[in-house]
Amino acid sequence: MNWLLLLEQILNGFQLGLLLFLLAAGLTLVFGIMDMVNLAHGSLYMMGAYFCATFTGWTGSFLIGALLTLPAVFLLGVVVEIIALRTLYARDHLDQVMATFGLILFFNEATRLIWGPIGLVIPLPEFLNQTVEIIPGAPYPAFRLAIILVGFLVAGLLYLIVSRTKLGMLIRAGASNRDMIGALGINIRLLFTLVFGLGAALAGLAGLMAGPILSVEIGMGESILILTLVVIVIGGIGSIKGAFIAAILIGLIDTVGRSFLPEILDLVLPSQTAATAAPAISSMMIYLLMALVLAIKPQGLFPPKGVGR
Amino acid sequence: MLEVDAINSFYGQSQVLFNMSLTVKDGEVVTLMGRNGMGKTTTIRSIMGLTPARSGTIRFKNKEITSQPSYRIARLGIGLVPEGRLISPNLNVEENLIATANSGPNGSGRWNLETIWKMFPKLSERKSSMGNQISGGEQQMLAIARALMTNPDLLMLDEATEGLAPLIRQEIWSCLRDLKQEGQSILVIDKNLQALTEIADRHYVIEKGSVVWQGTSRMLLEDQTVKHQHLGV
Repeated sequence: MNWLLLLEQILNGFQLGLLLFLLAAGLTLVFGIMDMVNLAHGSLYMMGAYFCATFTGWTGSFLIGALLTLPAVFLLGVVVEIIALRTLYARDHLDQVMATFGLILFFNEATRLIWGPIGLVIPLPEFLNQTVEIIPGAPYPAFRLAIILVGFLVAGLLYLIVSRTKLGMLIRAGASNRDMIGALGINIRLLFTLVFGLGAALAGLAGLMAGPILSVEIGMGESILILTLVVIVIGGIGSIKGAFIAAILIGLIDTVGRSFLPEILDLVLPSQTAATAAPAISSMMIYLLMALVLAIKPQGLFPPKGVGR
Repeated sequence: MLEVDAINSFYGQSQVLFNMSLTVKDGEVVTLMGRNGMGKTTTIRSIMGLTPARSGTIRFKNKEITSQPSYRIARLGIGLVPEGRLISPNLNVEENLIATANSGPNGSGRWNLETIWKMFPKLSERKSSMGNQISGGEQQMLAIARALMTNPDLLMLDEATEGLAPLIRQEIWSCLRDLKQEGQSILVIDKNLQALTEIADRHYVIEKGSVVWQGTSRMLLEDQTVKHQHLGV
């Protein structure tokens, strides 16, 4: 086994996992607290990438572009919540799925109208567009490393907000009893709008960081939304901690599995069979994990207390 | 302080309150009594805006609050201790108090963590226990303390001592007695006739969604009919 490759794949796994976490955090809060299925979360991710590409083009700096993107996606999230989603909280999940699927189509077409059908490129500044040798002998792209650092930083910040601040307490309490929080003087609608905006900003952050390594194109939110849904189901809907652990788990299994499953299968199966089975199994692995988790713990690994009563 | 004037409230199609009226004056302790399912909780939910009245008016400190959202009603100065306590299980005792705390409608409330710990020393010992790890009595004290932390002008308790052991009940009653002495206005639902007549100034007996009897504690103790017919004593 190639250890350097393994280390590199582990880093890639963390990078994918942290991107997934940024998406999952917002989605799991919205799902857990407001009991709202928001399929359009991937669209906010896409908008993050497009906004960043545009702002970077205007200002000539990726960093300034990124800093402008965050409040822009936050505002977009707030507007979407007020115009479209607010009326859906009281409806059942099927209505929410229909309506937010409609939002996906809306965002995709709006993007086509504004930016055209061809994808965009986010150029990276010099210092991010090089490799660093954190592991001797294995140069690793600086930007991917930056994604890992930002991901951990945001995860830590989110942890502090949720566990230490009054907003975080209300977020946790809101998940268990909305009416009561309202009857104690908290404007739940405003709280929901803020939480949705925060989730949108996190999705936008994931989008703007994924933009330079994947590609900024219409529909980029859909494929990652599926992975994100797997993450929040495994982690336990409504749990930030669960989302974090599940996201890293999925990131690692998906990345490391894809590159090493052929070698592992080769040890137990005839090489011909291993070579054909490996690609099929590696793309299934995260879903196998989800099925396994659901079979053992139907509420996910870390169901928040007081939810699902 | 609080004037409920001929409100009608519904759950879906079925009407629960019929021209329900009551008042609570400054510094008064008033009770709502009656058998289960007669509309006591609905009355409190309607005042709080959780089950808004379809007609009639509710005024609090001379402001109409009938169709206000519940968070606004709470901020005007009504603190709710709900039936079943509804303590957040995923917050600890201290967080349950802080999360919804505010300094009251005029910003000069006297309840803060310090005064709460003094009033409820038991809670201060369990500060960092999660809301679902404390006993029922402690949960009830926490629910009262949580409402006090919003520094309300009117405290409303739905089933103040339901399901609690006699000794714990005594503690809750003595706590309410202390609050009354400090001039706190209270509207309370409970079934414990004796304790209520000792503490409260006036009583409303409710049957099928309207008031069938009202009067002072002495009048209630002397009126055998109302006790038999409507309270099942």
